[in-house]
Amino acid sequence: RLVKCFVPSTCPAITFCRKMARYSSSSLRAMSTGQAELKKMNLVGAVNDGLRIAMETDAQAVVFGEDVGFGGVFRATAGLQEMFGKERVFNTPLCEQGIAGFAVGMAAMGATPIAEIQFADYIFPAFDQIVNEAAKYRYRSGGQFHVGGLTIRTPYGAVGHGGLYHSQSPEAYFAHTPGLVVVIPRSPAQAKGLLLASVRDPNPVIFLEPKALYRAAVEEVPTGDFTLPLRCAEVLQEGSDVTVVGYGAQLRVLQAACDRAKAELGASCELIDLRTILPWDAETVCASVSKTGRCVVSHEAPVTCGFGAEVSARVQESCFLKLEAPVRRVCGYDTPFPLSLEKAYLPGVDRCFAAIKETLEF
Amino acid sequence: MHKSLLGRVATHSKSVWSRSNGQSAAVPATARYLEVKVNGDNAQVEINPLKAYKCEAPSTWVNTTRQEVVDSLRLMMLMRRMEISADLMYKSQLIKGFCHLYDGQEAVAIGMEMGCTKKDSIVTSYRDHGWQLSRGENPKRILAELTGRSGGCTKGKGGSMHMYLSANNFWGGNGIVGAQVPLGAGLAFAAKYKSNKGIARGVAPCSAVAFALYGDGAANQGQVFEAVNMAYLWKLPVIFVIENNQYAMGTSIARGASNAEFYTRYDPLPGLKVDGMDAFSVKAATAAARKHCMDGLGPFVLEMNTYRYHGHSMSDPGLTYRSRDEVSNVRKERDPIDKLKRITMQLGFLDEGAIKEMEKSVRAEVDEAVEFAKTSPEPALAEMYTEVFTHAQPYVRGTDGVYGQGYCSWAPHGTP
Repeated sequence: RLVKCFVPSTCPAITFCRKMARYSSSSLRAMSTGQAELKKMNLVGAVNDGLRIAMETDAQAVVFGEDVGFGGVFRATAGLQEMFGKERVFNTPLCEQGIAGFAVGMAAMGATPIAEIQFADYIFPAFDQIVNEAAKYRYRSGGQFHVGGLTIRTPYGAVGHGGLYHSQSPEAYFAHTPGLVVVIPRSPAQAKGLLLASVRDPNPVIFLEPKALYRAAVEEVPTGDFTLPLRCAEVLQEGSDVTVVGYGAQLRVLQAACDRAKAELGASCELIDLRTILPWDAETVCASVSKTGRCVVSHEAPVTCGFGAEVSARVQESCFLKLEAPVRRVCGYDTPFPLSLEKAYLPGVDRCFAAIKETLEF
Repeated sequence: MHKSLLGRVATHSKSVWSRSNGQSAAVPATARYLEVKVNGDNAQVEINPLKAYKCEAPSTWVNTTRQEVVDSLRLMMLMRRMEISADLMYKSQLIKGFCHLYDGQEAVAIGMEMGCTKKDSIVTSYRDHGWQLSRGENPKRILAELTGRSGGCTKGKGGSMHMYLSANNFWGGNGIVGAQVPLGAGLAFAAKYKSNKGIARGVAPCSAVAFALYGDGAANQGQVFEAVNMAYLWKLPVIFVIENNQYAMGTSIARGASNAEFYTRYDPLPGLKVDGMDAFSVKAATAAARKHCMDGLGPFVLEMNTYRYHGHSMSDPGLTYRSRDEVSNVRKERDPIDKLKRITMQLGFLDEGAIKEMEKSVRAEVDEAVEFAKTSPEPALAEMYTEVFTHAQPYVRGTDGVYGQGYCSWAPHGTP
């Protein structure tokens, strides 16, 4: 499948991104070194594979977190302790702040710690260490120290029965912190490539994995070592009527809404996956909206000050005269994540389709 | 003294004076004969001595009454039966999501309720169904909350981990591990503040205390140490109760805790280590700790050495980190209900027939509760956006699909 990245010539990453932005099977094969095969993997299997390669290629890489030794509660670290030993894959006690602080210290010494926070809902005790320590180390020391080797992986998002504390999407809190990189993959191949890129990126990365897709999303994934570019959005399908923006698990919903818009309204939707939330690829999105004149953003997190707010603000700043309709946000409501009313809360296909329709008819 | 499979020193409190339930008569060499004394409707039950840290262990004789024993036994059976039926409902997919069962740990709740009053505040973790029951809730409303229906004690909004009973000072029900502990310190501060007309720090008596319960896993959280530090400095009447069921999900205490003698962890706080499978030991420790706090002497630590038969939650079989033999041994030798049954019969308060009747009535009550949980209606859509702020919130952004341009068409209380 051919995709294009609409990037103005001023973007420094343009050549690199354009090269990377073609995701047909042959391209993926070409990117992987050594092996030319693809293998069917689910998202958690792809993450596991990515972690394995990260550890094989970097002797300083260590994986730790709660229960990761036996494989983790989602099996993301399955087999790693057997392969790399207890010195490199080990459990921590139940202490998120301790895990994050410990990881910051290790990264400051030049190691490559890959810490796991068992559920993104539990990341808040670690928030201080991430925001005040990890994000600011390079800046406050004038470049003498940094924690670039740090990667924190955590499952996020609705899962059907998670309730208040196993379903949250906290990306907006971290997107508000300069100094961090926040990455959210949408599928198994993306997860593996983006994870390897995140581990190797010389900045602290928060890698949010959509837990609802851990087993549900299955795809042909290159078995070799490959990375996908960070800070670069991907256009999943080209269109001319409206730009639809999302990330992570929400893209499945948006794809369904776009398909329905095509079928029922004959509308041609351009669907964009942000992939990196911070720093985000505003150029791609703005170039797309300049072409279509309409924009709909969607995410599970609550609407007020969710990441959609940043996208809307930037789009209206850059594309004001090109806009034919206000930028719409289809998000979770401003309530705690509900228990049994999850279906009503989530921005499902119906709500996304309604927003696309209203935008087109504005 | 010998190290049991559970990695702790075991002083077997195996009763040898009643075998009417047909259990094995094997008596380890370290077992003591435990006695009871009856005087009409009053009684005294002997317990094994508690291990004490920086304090004196309470007397090994515990006062009780016929009413208390009989009520406690029924409540314990009800608790067990309720948790087992929650297990069955989960397996038939009537309950979804996260469900953490309390069976095996009943003596902690029952014993603590015997040792304190409903004026004392209790806050605990997500393993809270038993506490909601012991604090005075109806099993119907507990099971309906598990199935997420409007008849549930939290109107179906909270689920398994979020059960509350404000009338009896039960503050829940917390999903985030360890978060309830500083809360408990705050509850104690308020209790003392109210008793002393605004003076809450320093040595001063008070009329109610707070119990902050947490597990052996939560004991490694930073905020626990923060709460303990504050409580000691300000002499807050909070009792830190560690429900040590030996495993934090799948991590045994040996692998997770640098000091597995939890009751000594918070030096200089005084602590007691309690056989959490014996309701009367729990009662003695609770009463002693409570008195210490009410005299204004500051916080206390209780380590309840207990065991859960189920895994951490319904998605954990509970057998990958401990053997089946270990679980069945505890069930055979230390089950809290068996123990209380034997004591009841030894005291002569109930005979086997009366206990069987009690079991029947408990079963009927739980069956009724299960029916209620199945048939209670789903919560109304309005429950999604109510109680975010005060109940008078007329409009929650996003619920009308159009932001800032009007009020929610489903807004309650007839707002325009």
